Formats: sequence, structure tokens, C-alpha cells
Amino acid sequence: MSTVPKIMRQGQIAPWLYLAPAVLIMLFYIVYPTAYTTYLSLRDKDSENWATESCIEGNPCWGILENYRYALTSELDTTNFQTIWRSFWISSFGNNIKWILLMVTGSVGIGLLMAVLADRVRYEALAKSIIFLPMAISFVGAGVIWKFVYDYGTGNVQIGFLNAIIRSLNGEPIAFLQTLPINTLALIAVGIWMWAGFCMVILSAALKGVPNELLEAARIDGASEWRVFWRITIPMILPTITVVVTTMVINTLKVFDIVFVMTGGNFSTDVIANRMYTEQYINQQTGRGTAVAVVLILAVIPFIYLNIKRFREQEDIR
Amino acid sequence: MNTEKLRNFLGSVPLHIVIIGFCVIWLIPALGLMVTSFRPVQDANETGWWTAFSEKPGAAEYTQYCGKCHGEDGSEIAEADLGDTEYIESFRRSLQIAATFNREYNGEIHLAEDDRPDDQQLADILAHLRRQTGLDERPQFTITNYEDAIVGYRGTTNYEADCEAGTQSVDLTCDFAQDLTNPRGMALAFRNSLFVAIPATILPLILAAFAAYAFSWMDFKGRIWFFAILVGLQVVPLQMTLVPISRIYFQLGIGGTFLGVWLFHTGFGLPYAIYLIRNFMGSLPRELFESAYLDGASHWTAFLRLALPLSMPALASLAIFQFLWVWNDLLVALIFLTGRNPVMTYQINNLVQSLGGGWHLLTASAFLSMLLPLIVFFAFQRYFVRGLLAGSVKG
Ligand code: HEC
Repeated sequence: MSTVPKIMRQGQIAPWLYLAPAVLIMLFYIVYPTAYTTYLSLRDKDSENWATESCIEGNPCWGILENYRYALTSELDTTNFQTIWRSFWISSFGNNIKWILLMVTGSVGIGLLMAVLADRVRYEALAKSIIFLPMAISFVGAGVIWKFVYDYGTGNVQIGFLNAIIRSLNGEPIAFLQTLPINTLALIAVGIWMWAGFCMVILSAALKGVPNELLEAARIDGASEWRVFWRITIPMILPTITVVVTTMVINTLKVFDIVFVMTGGNFSTDVIANRMYTEQYINQQTGRGTAVAVVLILAVIPFIYLNIKRFREQEDIR
Repeated sequence: MNTEKLRNFLGSVPLHIVIIGFCVIWLIPALGLMVTSFRPVQDANETGWWTAFSEKPGAAEYTQYCGKCHGEDGSEIAEADLGDTEYIESFRRSLQIAATFNREYNGEIHLAEDDRPDDQQLADILAHLRRQTGLDERPQFTITNYEDAIVGYRGTTNYEADCEAGTQSVDLTCDFAQDLTNPRGMALAFRNSLFVAIPATILPLILAAFAAYAFSWMDFKGRIWFFAILVGLQVVPLQMTLVPISRIYFQLGIGGTFLGVWLFHTGFGLPYAIYLIRNFMGSLPRELFESAYLDGASHWTAFLRLALPLSMPALASLAIFQFLWVWNDLLVALIFLTGRNPVMTYQINNLVQSLGGGWHLLTASAFLSMLLPLIVFFAFQRYFVRGLLAGSVKG
């Protein structure tokens, strides 16, 4: 962090006058609730007793971590190893993993592709604006847009764009949002549609930062465009790619609205953030709902750590 | 020279195809929404939006499948006069006609299996007949969907028609100005969204500017550590805080009020806001501040006269971010505002969950909710992008 000029040094109280309003609000709205939620996750459904009390004789029980047992295992079919494996991949956790794998690669991949390609055409600004556009609208709006694209009509009348295409190719229309496993993929596509622009903008800025002389030199040496890209461009923008990927993983972990609006987590499309909502506000199970939330923050913590680490490194460079 | 130009051009064709291809894929879904929002109810829910610009289907199919017996205008067979308005009106759905195909007239089956149109074609034929007999004379495009969305009309025709006929539902007065305040309408939701978003943008901006100044130009113990914590706080999921805050709000009696939502958004917007502004303020030239101090300026004047005005670009970026973030939020509105003060995202979500097939209303409402963000986005794209680049952390 930049050092403050000597003559500007002030007493120890003044800074806190500037900081106090923000710090108090953050303490109240982020820090304290986080701690309290963790506590509630150890209590039963009405937060009246410890979670241990809600154990039922003869059933598996994790004592005070009972809500976590529920959060982590209730979606699994524990008959045998195979059923566990299979049910895991359609549980909220399995789905979140699918989301992370596909949405992060999808949006970063398309973002990078568009950043690289659009750089070479005259209508760059327009093309980028179009890809970037979905960032401005809400997930709810995007949900409506895509629900319409995926619409599945009964009978032969298809007003959903995709099914109309399928039908014009003489295919069998698909209930995209109800059919496993395509429904989760359909939702992830919406996520990619929303976020690719974000990745593109950041990667594009990084690309423009790669010195032209470096690329020219390699080209003069006879390296192909492809080689130049993999050997020079990619290594140069790797730090930015890392940032984009971590950011996207965090965003993906928190995905809620798309699932909530489009399927409500039904048809095995649930994700962690939506499950928290369901347990808390539909099933009225405070203990379980908060336990799911804690699982979510546990998943995010490594990235909190990464962010702080990166921040420290940046500050050292300054 | 010329051949080289040609070769260059040909070489770049795949490039253009990929770029334009992606752009088209990105635009088509949104285009579908927009077009549908301007189509009459029946069309929007029964035919694909891409047919909106083409000749209405049905006429050709009619000639092909029915014309040779029923005649071009439908009135060839007197017992089944397809050119008669009242007669056609008795067939509400194309299935009713399909059901007659198996009947026998004069010992002959009406339409043999092989001569039948499929469901879509039959629907088109019926639509054609309804148009021909003057039953459905409706324009290609209309703005009634928007009227309906704005006043919260949920009937089967449209607001104007119902009001003319006096068959409107009890929550509508048919006095347009008064119906704008219908709690189901998007007009009220729009007002509520604005009422949420503006203070929830300004408040964190001001608080963050103060804090960012302290982090940039003041010296205190643990400065770096506090800031590192701030970086961490940016990614705490909202879900972590919902329950405790709802409880407190309930006890304080501010559940469902605007105040509660303003403060909540402020709390959650602050870590990123401070981070972003600090990055900008902290990189302002040192000499500027030093010389101001040599001239006897205090921190307060330096903040007000130097740091704030010079950080305007960062503040603008942030304002846009926070505004879009709040405007587009559903979860916080769902839990802390509820139906007491419905905002646009809340209303649309309600429509999605309850209305099933009413695409005309849904698309119009969704488009209304996107209008302001899109304007903001296009007008201030530069700041938006700059903000993204300055602190690509928050989601
Ligand atoms: C092969 C000649 C023929 C064709 C082709 C034909 N119709 Fe008919 N249609 C008839 C006859 C004959 C009747 C019976 C009139 C009577 O009631 O005696 C009839 C009756 C009807 C009726 C009245 C049914 C009832 O019993 O209420 C409808 C509706 C109708 N046709 C619609 C259609 C449509 C739509 C098509 C094109 C898809 C079509 N028809 C094609 C010969 C034909």
C-alpha cells in the first residue's frame, strides 16, 4: 500500500471518523450475520435447541452437526456405492460442480475467443457490445428470455425457438427444462450467455496490453499466428486469465436467480444457493437453511484466501 | 495486387463468420423477447415470433387440404359453410376440427388419414378461416401488451377491450392514471425499483468515498490488514446474512420497508465500492496532495477539493455498477421487500411462477424492466467497462 506523505500524518482518531460509518454498516450487515448464521446452523429448525435434539432414534445422526448431515447427505441415495455416485451428480452439489466446470470454461473460452477475434475486425466495438449486452440485464429478465427460447409446446405447435428449429429438421421436440440431464446444461447456457461478455472485456483489455513489438518479432521469425498465440499471448495474459477464472468460479458458486426463475430447482436442477432458499423460506427449516449457507461460504473461502493473497502481491509490486 | 486482396478477403471470411455467428446467437434470444412483446395475445402464444414478419400462414394450407371440396372462400358446401362467421366461431380450437376428420358423410370418411394437415397446419388453417371471416382482425403488432403490463391487467383479452366492455376485474378502475398505481402493475413496480435503486446507489457511494480516502491518504495502524479483510468480504455470499438480518428487521419492524433494503444493499455494496474507489484515489499523484498540505490544507479540504473531484470517473463507474446491481437484484427484494413493495424483478418472477403461458405479458414486462438498465448501459458503457477493469472481483 502506498505510504502516506509524512506531512499528511494525522492523529489516530481522524481515520476512524472517515471509516466509521462504512465499517459499522459492514460489521452489522456482513460480519455479524455471518457469525450468527454459523451459530444458527448448529441449532434446530426453530433455533430453540441444539441441532442434536432434532436427531431421531435409530437414524443416522451427526450430533450437533446434524443439520450438516442433512445438508450434505439428504440428497444422496445411500443404497450402495453406485446409487450414491449417481444421485450425487443430480444433487445440488453435483450440479454446482457441473456449473463450475461448464460455465467457467464456457464463458472464459467464448470470452477469450471473442476478445482475440474481434480485435481483428473493423466492427470490433459493435461485436463486443453485443456480447456484453446481457450483463446489463437482470437474471430474472434473462430467465424469461431463455425460458421462451426453450419453450416446449404440447402437440405439434412449437413457439420456442429451439424446438421450432428441431421440428423443422424433423426432430422430436425436447422439454429442455424438464428433461435430465439436458436441463442443467440448458440453464448453464444461460449463465454463459450472461457472463461471457464480462470475461471478454477483461481479457480483451489484457490482450491489448501485450506489446505489439513482441508479437511482430515472433511473426518475422516465421512463427505462425497459432504459435504466437499459444507461446506469447497466452503466457502474457495468464495472470488475468487466473483472475477471471477465480472470479467466475465465485460467481458460479453463488448462482441463484437463473435456477430459481427457470426451474425453481425442480427436475434435479437444484444448486446450493437455491437450496438454501428452499430450506429456509419454503420448508421453514432455519437450521438446515443456514447449514447450507455455511457450506456455501466454506466453498467460497479458498477464493477469499486467493483474492487476499493476490491483493497482497499486487500491493508489493506497487 | 488484386488477387492478393481477394486472398486476404477470403482468408478472413471464417473470422467474420465466427464473430457474426456469435453475435447472432447472442442477439436472437433477446430479439425474440422484444418482437413477442409487441405481438397480439393470440399470435404471441400460438405462433413463433419469427413468423411475425412473414405472410400469415394458413391460406396456402387451406387451398391445399380443404379448398377442393369446401371451395376457395369456404362456402361451397352449404351444410358446413366455412365462410360463415358464426359457424367458424363455434370452432374455438383446431382440435375440434381435427375431431371431424373421422366422421363419415354420405358414406365417405371426411378426410382420409393421408390427406390430413398436421396439428400446426390445421391451427394455421383455422387462424386463416378466422381472419377470412372477420373474426380475428388484429394488427401485426400492438402496444396493448405494454398497457396491460403497466396497469397489471391479467385477463384474457386486453385492458382497453375489457374497459370498453365494462368487464374489467375489480382491481382496475379503467381510469388509466389511477390504474397506474395498481399493486400488480409494472408502473408501480418501476417506481418502487427506482425508489430502491437510487438511494441504494448514493448511500454506499458516499460512505465508500470517505473510507477510501482514509485507506488512501491517511495513516493508521493495521491499514493493510483492514483492507485485506475488505477484499475478503467482497465475496461473502448474500445467503450467509439473510436469516439474521430478517430477524433483526422483524424485531425493529422494518421488514418490507425501503429503508431496510437501502441499508442492506449499502452493506453489501460497500466492500467492493471501497476497494474500487481506493484503487483509483490511491493512484492519484502524490505531489498534488503534498503541495496541498504545504499550502495548509486539512484532510477535510483535501478530501472535498482534491480527492473527490479527481475520483469522479471511479465514482461514476461505481454508481453505474451499484445501480445495475440493485435494479437487477431479485433475492434481496424477495426477502426484505416482499409483496408489500414489489419491484420489477419481483413482479416478473411472480408472473413466471403463476402465469405459465402468458408470453405476451411476460415478455412486455421483462422488456420494461430491461429498458432502464439498457439505456444506462449504452449511455455509460465506457464507465461500466472501466469499473469492471478496475476491480474485477465482485460478481
Ligand atoms: C373430400 C372433400 C373434403 C375435404 C378435402 C374437406 N372437407 Fe370438410 N367436409 C366435407 C363434407 C362433404 C362435409 C360434410 C357436410 C355435411 O355435413 O354434409 C364436410 C364438413 C366439414 C366440417 C363440418 C363438420 C361437422 O360435422 O360439423 C368442417 C368443420 C370441415 N368440413 C372442415 C374442413 C377442413 C378444415 C378441411 C381441410 C383441412 C376440410 N374440411 C376438407 C368435405 C371435405
